[in-house]
Amino acid sequence: MRAVFAIAGAELKIALRNFWVALAVGLTALFAAVLTFAGSGPTGTLGVDLLTVAVASLTTLTVYLAPLIALLLAFDAIAGEADRGTLALMLSYPVSRFAILAGKLSAHLSVLAFALAIGFSLAGIMAWGIDGKAGGVSETSLYALLRLWWTAVLLGAAFLGLGYAISSLARQPGVAAGLAIGLWLVFVVLYDLGMLGALVVDNGGFFTRQVFPWMLVGNPADAFRVVNMPTGEAVALASGVGGASKAVSHVVALAALVTWSFGALGLSWAAFRRIES
Amino acid sequence: MSLEITNVTRRYGEVTAVSDISLSMAPGERVALLGHNGAGKTTLMKMILGLTHLDEGSISVFGATPGSHAARSASSYLPENVAFHRSLTGREQLLLLARLRGVGRRPADELLERVGLHRAADRRIATYSKGMRQRLGLAQALLGKPRVAVLDEPTSGLDPISRGDFYNLVNELSSNGTAVLLSSHALTELEARTDRIAILLEGRLVANAPLAMLRSQARLPIRLRVAARPEKSDEVADRLGAVRTSGRSIEISCLQDEKLGHLGRIAALESLIEDVEVAPPSLEDLYRYYSGGGSI
Ligand SMILES: Nc1ncnc2c1ncn2[C@@H]1O[C@H](COP(=O)(O)OP(=O)(O)OP(=O)(O)O)[C@@H](O)[C@H]1O
Ligand SMILES: [Mg+2]
Repeated sequence: MRAVFAIAGAELKIALRNFWVALAVGLTALFAAVLTFAGSGPTGTLGVDLLTVAVASLTTLTVYLAPLIALLLAFDAIAGEADRGTLALMLSYPVSRFAILAGKLSAHLSVLAFALAIGFSLAGIMAWGIDGKAGGVSETSLYALLRLWWTAVLLGAAFLGLGYAISSLARQPGVAAGLAIGLWLVFVVLYDLGMLGALVVDNGGFFTRQVFPWMLVGNPADAFRVVNMPTGEAVALASGVGGASKAVSHVVALAALVTWSFGALGLSWAAFRRIES
Repeated sequence: MSLEITNVTRRYGEVTAVSDISLSMAPGERVALLGHNGAGKTTLMKMILGLTHLDEGSISVFGATPGSHAARSASSYLPENVAFHRSLTGREQLLLLARLRGVGRRPADELLERVGLHRAADRRIATYSKGMRQRLGLAQALLGKPRVAVLDEPTSGLDPISRGDFYNLVNELSSNGTAVLLSSHALTELEARTDRIAILLEGRLVANAPLAMLRSQARLPIRLRVAARPEKSDEVADRLGAVRTSGRSIEISCLQDEKLGHLGRIAALESLIEDVEVAPPSLEDLYRYYSGGGSI
């Protein structure tokens, strides 16, 4: 346990000094602010509070941003150590590999959770500031924002796990970086594009009814989207894949997201355990 | 025994990196591992530390299997070309490693002083020279009084004075009972600083003995270099029955037991010569002899 804290402390220092923390916080805060501000237009016509609108657009943003930040933090975690020769050194110390990975994970997850918390708080405060009297923030929308945060942390954990696995398998920072970009593109962009294309071609047929729901939970980013789907009157706000994702319930999607997080972390553990240096 | 290596073999595909090596080290013993590039030194060390598996044979580190918690607690390692994280300071890096070894802050601070890094300790490692990074590596290998220290090319990148300081640290370790296995390409510095020399040739152990014993086994010639007075070199060469090598210098090769006879004859020519120099076979010569598979 002492080893986990020691490693996490060092990793936090590194993340701070490499400006990863600044970058993560800056990105989420900037986008959260812009999206909340942009949402202040259509609220009146839809009859929902500003924060609800903001949460819907923040969900879409987070699908892109949380995996990106997680992969940025994770891709170098093992490959970088192998490259510097410190991996062999660490592995020759009386520390378990589990502690090494757990230390890195706790530092990276903290950075991610912190950055998202700052960004989302900013969105909440702005919604309240802009539209305070008109009920810009309701209790429901606050809960939605909170749920957005902790599920985003879960989504980040899934991609941290995938990132560590890549980092262990690649063993070279350059290769790991390339694989991380590829992974992000596949999970966050191409997967959805493919799914949308198939939905259009299928036009409500077998794919839409039988395959599509499974595909939604087959990708942590989509599971995250479904979990944070607004219920009731605000469904209209959800766009793209979101609109069709009523096919899977919140509970199933949440289970899928949790499974993905733990599964990916398990995968990273399996990959790291096998490393010989 | 602090370290016991028995019939160990390790292959990488077609390449047999380490081939049927047996070697043991008593507490406090200092052994230098020599060998050409790719001889298998690093591979052997990694197997001792449990960083890579053995294909055959067995290793015991202070009674424990390599890679086990007990073995890792008993051993320390300096990898070749280690570069630490650039964003941390030397002190932070050493403190992290000290915590992982279960050692406090104080020994870490003391070690920084011992390796001469106390003034640079709070600077980022990115600003360190190669030698400074190497010293940081040494410092971490000394953390927590290891029973077996495995140092892969520990003096690479160190200036001559620092090398001297390094061997003082090694002596101190070994007098506290640590068995020190180190590899090196700088042969001259090993004379009188190690108890035993092990030479690897393409993964095989071709020599494993104290330096003096290697010398007498190899029966390499001793060189006597005579510097003649001006204009006298041909005469000196004639009377000694030797050849002139260059200018006024005449060289004689002989075996140990012929040395004194030759020196007597040279001394008799005192009026014709300026100086005489006795050069025993160097570690280089020995290394060449043993790594050439027995022939010079
Ligand atoms: N990971 C690896 N994969 C494949 N072959 C390897 C690997 N590591 C070492 N080898 C091979 O094993 C042999 C021994 O390598 P090793 O690194 O042990 O040599 P060395 O004696 O330490 O050399 P040097 O003096 O250059 O450091 C070499 O032929 C090398 O190519
Ligand atoms: Mg080597």
